[in-house]
Amino acid sequence: MKAEPFLINVDQAVLDDLERRLRRTRWAGGPRDDTWDLGTSPAYVKEFLSYWQDQFDWRTAEAALNQFSQFTAELGGSRIHFIHEQALGHARLPLLLLHGWPDSFYRYYKVVSKFTAPGNIGGDPRDAFDVVVPSLPGFGFTGPLRHRSAEQPNRQSAQLLWRLMTEVLGYRRFAVAGGDGGGALAQILAIEHPESVVGIHLTDLGWHVTNLDPKTCSKTEQKYLEASKKAFMADGAYAMVQSSTPHSLAPALTDSPSGLAAWILDRFHSWSDNRGQLEESFSKDELLTNIMIYWVTGTIGTSIETYRADTLSPSLTISDHVDLPVGLALFPKDLGGVPPRELAERTLNVQRWTEMPRGSHFTALEEPALYANDVTAFFRDLAA
Amino acid sequence: MSVQPFEVKISDAVLADLRGRLASARLPEAPEAADWGSGTSPAFLRRLVQHWQTGFDWRAQEAAINRFAQFRAPVAGLEIHFIHERGRGRAPLPLILTHGYPDSFLRFSKLIPLLTDPAAHGGDAADSFDVVVPSMPGYGFSQAPERDGFTFQIGDLWHKLMTDVLRYERFGAHGGDWGSTVTEHLARSHDRSVIGIHLTDVPFWHTFQKPKDLSPAEEQCLVRTSEFMLKEGAYAMIQGTRPQTLAQGLMDSPIGLAAWLVEKFQSLSDCGGDVEARFSMDELLTNIMIYWVTGTIGSAFLPYYDFTHAGALRWILETAKGWVGSSKVPTGLAIFPRDPSQPPREWAERFYNVQRYTLLPRGGHFAALEEPELLAQDLRAFFRPLRSAESFRAA
Repeated sequence: MKAEPFLINVDQAVLDDLERRLRRTRWAGGPRDDTWDLGTSPAYVKEFLSYWQDQFDWRTAEAALNQFSQFTAELGGSRIHFIHEQALGHARLPLLLLHGWPDSFYRYYKVVSKFTAPGNIGGDPRDAFDVVVPSLPGFGFTGPLRHRSAEQPNRQSAQLLWRLMTEVLGYRRFAVAGGDGGGALAQILAIEHPESVVGIHLTDLGWHVTNLDPKTCSKTEQKYLEASKKAFMADGAYAMVQSSTPHSLAPALTDSPSGLAAWILDRFHSWSDNRGQLEESFSKDELLTNIMIYWVTGTIGTSIETYRADTLSPSLTISDHVDLPVGLALFPKDLGGVPPRELAERTLNVQRWTEMPRGSHFTALEEPALYANDVTAFFRDLAA
Repeated sequence: MSVQPFEVKISDAVLADLRGRLASARLPEAPEAADWGSGTSPAFLRRLVQHWQTGFDWRAQEAAINRFAQFRAPVAGLEIHFIHERGRGRAPLPLILTHGYPDSFLRFSKLIPLLTDPAAHGGDAADSFDVVVPSMPGYGFSQAPERDGFTFQIGDLWHKLMTDVLRYERFGAHGGDWGSTVTEHLARSHDRSVIGIHLTDVPFWHTFQKPKDLSPAEEQCLVRTSEFMLKEGAYAMIQGTRPQTLAQGLMDSPIGLAAWLVEKFQSLSDCGGDVEARFSMDELLTNIMIYWVTGTIGSAFLPYYDFTHAGALRWILETAKGWVGSSKVPTGLAIFPRDPSQPPREWAERFYNVQRYTLLPRGGHFAALEEPELLAQDLRAFFRPLRSAESFRAA
């Protein structure tokens, strides 16, 4: 098993085809074009697509992504894509960074160098990590997994990531950090491979905790769970669709770039900390680079199918407990807000608890310094 | 009010654009044998798209639609499209039929001749109807409302259409899905004009009020309703809470629109899992085309938005709750076994003056398309005692 160097080099035909699609876009419009109350603002989609067509340059974005050392490795019949950047100087630990939906390995582009070369930005060079950022199974340049059963798909994905770190990259012990779906995979890795994982850093508790029976919870926990449920009923329909009927949704998002953009932009708008001004958190180029990773690989369908697959055969339940040390960085505007620590301690061995002053769901993209410092501090303490 | 004759005539440019989109369709990667367990079967979608490109003839479908007498008229500020077919018989009873989502005025295409000309279809000419089938506001060839909460006003609009525009003094009404909500509203607010209503379901929002004296059958019905919403209600949640997030892709991609709509024809019909056992590909595609050529998928989500956001709960609490036990208009229910709504008679009696309650042997949510003959017989039987010698036409 050997990692092959990889460069992103999207076929010109894919880009030409995309341009044709953007040019012929049929606009949905709506009675209240410029608000986000009914979902992605049609006026914003229009402005966004005009930028996509006229100003966004994929080749520039591609070249920037290719600044990272990327590889692919064949594992179990599937090809895993990942960034692998070596620490400048001695690495304290290898760090596996796991993204979620609807982001991609790009989630971490701002923090990779903060981890590999902290000395370059005024940090302590001894805090350096080797960094591995895979495209998760079903996502981006990894694409769908082959020959996989329906049994606990997230456990299978976690197992592939463990093999990547140990068999392919030869690390005996490593650190894991993640959020959203990547956080769930981090928890599974900690449960399945305590011999390899030193500890995990998370930005959320995972969606399985919402299955807790409120009757067994404290008032504070109940209040949080109720608020989460209310938020989910108001803005969680995307997940209901993805968990029940992804095959009814995927064709539109695979066939229409404006449809894909509208679906993904809504999440970045809902899950960012900027009083509704999306571009105060993310530039159009950033938003587009992430959307393009879904478009050029055609993986929106397999990415949303991970919701369905996990619903049919969940890999984490409330009876699972992470015994390894867990660091939690909670960003105030993430889904449901900051959970009570006692709730986290039901399923996690919480060793570090940081409530951030600002930021939301896409932690490493929106507040890279806050995020990287917390991860670094957690694993520094752990190593001490 | 000016009633203008109307024909469906889609420009060549729209059809050429569609052909281009279908030819360059990007389908998601999915196992070929995928069933309908996670939404629309990818294998079926592939075949449907193939047929759309090579077998489907829109102009032939358009000609068939145009065999119905169609009109457009401004009603309370909105251009409303409707079929208006006169009955054959001594005293046809005027009847307005209201469709729902994700169908269209074509929901009633098979039913119309059975109602207008029963004698030609094994029935009695005395049972004939003048039939009016509007496109709901925001659907098909009717104009979309520009404000929230319009769903609660469609009944008033239909009353205007029937009385002011078409000069009927008294008439009957039938509907399913959103059509049952509109039809009930029409009866509640205009009971002097409506001689009877006939429904294929009890509108779901009645389940929001939970009476304390439920019968076991009613309990079971409410459990089934909430199970349905949990298992299959995601489409309604996204269409209600984030309609614009979804609409853009469906507006821009014909295969995306097809996948989104076809799922319901498979899951809500009495097809035993095989959608083609109930609907031909031409039928499915013609209905999809109504949404595509009019670009109305976004505005078709408005009733869902209204129920999620625009004061629906207030409306239900203030208006609909006052209706409990107060209905006067005679009501008939035809319950088809595969419709997700299976209200027992006592549940319906809480809200309506139930004169007829029929459990049909087969059929699902799209009863008018699936079992037009059964539905026509039930409609004739329900309205028969309500007909009188009086003329239904205004002097």
